Amino acid sequence: MSNIVVDKSKVPWWVSNVIVPLVNLTLALLVSGLFVFIAGENPIEAVKLIIYGSFGYIQGFAYTLYYTTNFIFTGLAFAVAFHCRLFNIGGEGQAYIGGLGVFLVAINLSFLPVPIVWLLAIFGAFLFGAAWAYIPAYLQSKRGSHVVITTIMFNFIASSLMIFLLVDVIRDTNQMAPHTVKLPEEIWLPSFEAFSGILGIKIRYSPLNLTFLLAIASLFFVWFLVWKTKWGYEMRAVGHNTQAAIYAGISPHKNIIIAMCISGGLAGLLGVNEILGVSHKIQAGFPAGYGFTGIAVALMGRNHPIGILPAAFLFGILYQGGSEVTFEMPNITRYMFVAVQGLIILFSGALENLFRPQIESFFVRRLNREVNA
Amino acid sequence: MEFLSDIASLINSTLRISTPLVFAAMAGIFAERSGVIDFSLEGKMLMAAFVAAVGSYYLGNPWLGLLLAIIVCVCLSMLHGFASVTHKGDQVVSCVAINILIIGLTTALAAAWFGQAGLTPTLNEDQRFLEIHLPFADALRDIPVIGTLYSDILSGHYVFVYLAYLSVPLVFWIVFKTSFGLRLRAVGENPSAVDTAGINVFTMRYKALAINGVLIAFAGAHLSTAVNANFFREMSAGRGYLALAAMIFGKWHPKTALIACLLFGFTDALQIRLQGVELPAIGEIPVQLIQALPYILTVVLLAGFVGKAIAPNAIGQPYIKER
Repeated sequence: MSNIVVDKSKVPWWVSNVIVPLVNLTLALLVSGLFVFIAGENPIEAVKLIIYGSFGYIQGFAYTLYYTTNFIFTGLAFAVAFHCRLFNIGGEGQAYIGGLGVFLVAINLSFLPVPIVWLLAIFGAFLFGAAWAYIPAYLQSKRGSHVVITTIMFNFIASSLMIFLLVDVIRDTNQMAPHTVKLPEEIWLPSFEAFSGILGIKIRYSPLNLTFLLAIASLFFVWFLVWKTKWGYEMRAVGHNTQAAIYAGISPHKNIIIAMCISGGLAGLLGVNEILGVSHKIQAGFPAGYGFTGIAVALMGRNHPIGILPAAFLFGILYQGGSEVTFEMPNITRYMFVAVQGLIILFSGALENLFRPQIESFFVRRLNREVNA
Repeated sequence: MEFLSDIASLINSTLRISTPLVFAAMAGIFAERSGVIDFSLEGKMLMAAFVAAVGSYYLGNPWLGLLLAIIVCVCLSMLHGFASVTHKGDQVVSCVAINILIIGLTTALAAAWFGQAGLTPTLNEDQRFLEIHLPFADALRDIPVIGTLYSDILSGHYVFVYLAYLSVPLVFWIVFKTSFGLRLRAVGENPSAVDTAGINVFTMRYKALAINGVLIAFAGAHLSTAVNANFFREMSAGRGYLALAAMIFGKWHPKTALIACLLFGFTDALQIRLQGVELPAIGEIPVQLIQALPYILTVVLLAGFVGKAIAPNAIGQPYIKER
């Protein structure tokens, strides 16, 4: 199977970057359908429900874009670290702590002019997320402690820390449930309803808010940073070949730290969407697995902003459509969609070379024939 | 005497809590010594717990549940091998995929088959493993020291506890005293040299992964059919990662990995004891922070106060036969 040798330079970009990922995605979705069948439901019906739930009505579509916002942040977070060959599995914890940053800034500085509060809150989210990624980064670069284990441990520690804070320190004392007070209404980020009048549509409620634009801006930010700056080049050099990078005078230590901090910061921005945009308070466990989904988003999007946008959108569809499915089909819970993520990581990440040689050689042969004819 | 029996029960729970970690660390040693990273211990342990619980519920016998768990875990190991050994995919990505897949799949299937809570039905006495009381445990109890040691610490454990500690010398013997072990270690250090000697690198790695699957199945079955009588969502709770950290801290060596596992088990046992206890000068430590203790310890151990851990040389690299 792996004996097929393809001259990489002859493979058109759209074969390796569009056709192969689509084939892998299709395989993952086919196996997912099998799982839905095992759980005792009809996969075709489930697909119909997903499409209806995510596109069928305007509110559903707004939800899809709201989820997309979260996945852009966590997908970019994983991708930035991955370019330095670091597996930041800690997006979940970094987002959690990032939410703390948003809340602390917003609640303490709410007397400032509103746009300044927003900017400072975004900065707070980035800073807190980055700080939570700093320790694993430092331990990786100085002590060789594998970042996968340390970031996972930091997810557990973040969860314990936040529950401790929510129960004992910053809990809304008028409530039994572990969450904070709500932020003052004037500093909430405008939601989609506010704009829907201008667009000529009426919508009752949607969690989609201005953070969506921040997510789009982050896509450009990461593209510029990783591919257009000296630092991005150094970071990719460390990722590709650490020895060669050292020889070229590039410090792996510095780049590992910066890559992880930017990665953690991007994950922290999820807190802006969740706290400044939607719930306006910190609730226990608000990152709800978005951090892990970011891994699948990044791998499916081949760690490039251009790929991450459609991948995040696809996961938005899966999440929003998925909630429609769990509502209609009693045998399907949201965990089925966690399994789907696992399959997508498997097929578009670990098994990405499963059919790549065959597909590439197929197209190379066809193109050669056209040239000769 | 109060103090002595406290210590005895602390040691007793340390032995019990360390059991899944010991199996997982031994499983990890086989995979990683052969040059294959195995972060998927966590997912496989969870899958084994699910399969063992469901299997013994339907088949009425915990041993059959264990057997099913072994088969499924070996299959998952083979999947990891298929992705990362045969197709040279990224080993860490493959592990992350398996872990996320299993977290989702186990809970989704438990919910689909047994109701929304994601729990499997409680197993009755015939369907689960029971504590084994060693002979004369009751008769010897009143003898000082020996009685405590034998009756309160050694006796009254589940079969997995004894198997776990027996597996350590066995793993040591296989890895360091047999020709299979020599080849295993060589494949992880210098696969091309092994290939030159006429040994198939891929077959060796698959064999190592198969043993890894068998061992990790015991850890999962211990969780769901011995200490607990059912499977619940994410019941492995990071133990696969703790075991991996213990293995790294133990420098990929069974004996030192065992010590690290016991240290984790002891921290966990102590953690349960410390909940709600007023400490002098500090006062009561919040329960959430105590629960984070094993995870903090993992980071501290990995940060390594005993020098940098040196992994098998070829770890994480797919073997390419002809360059």
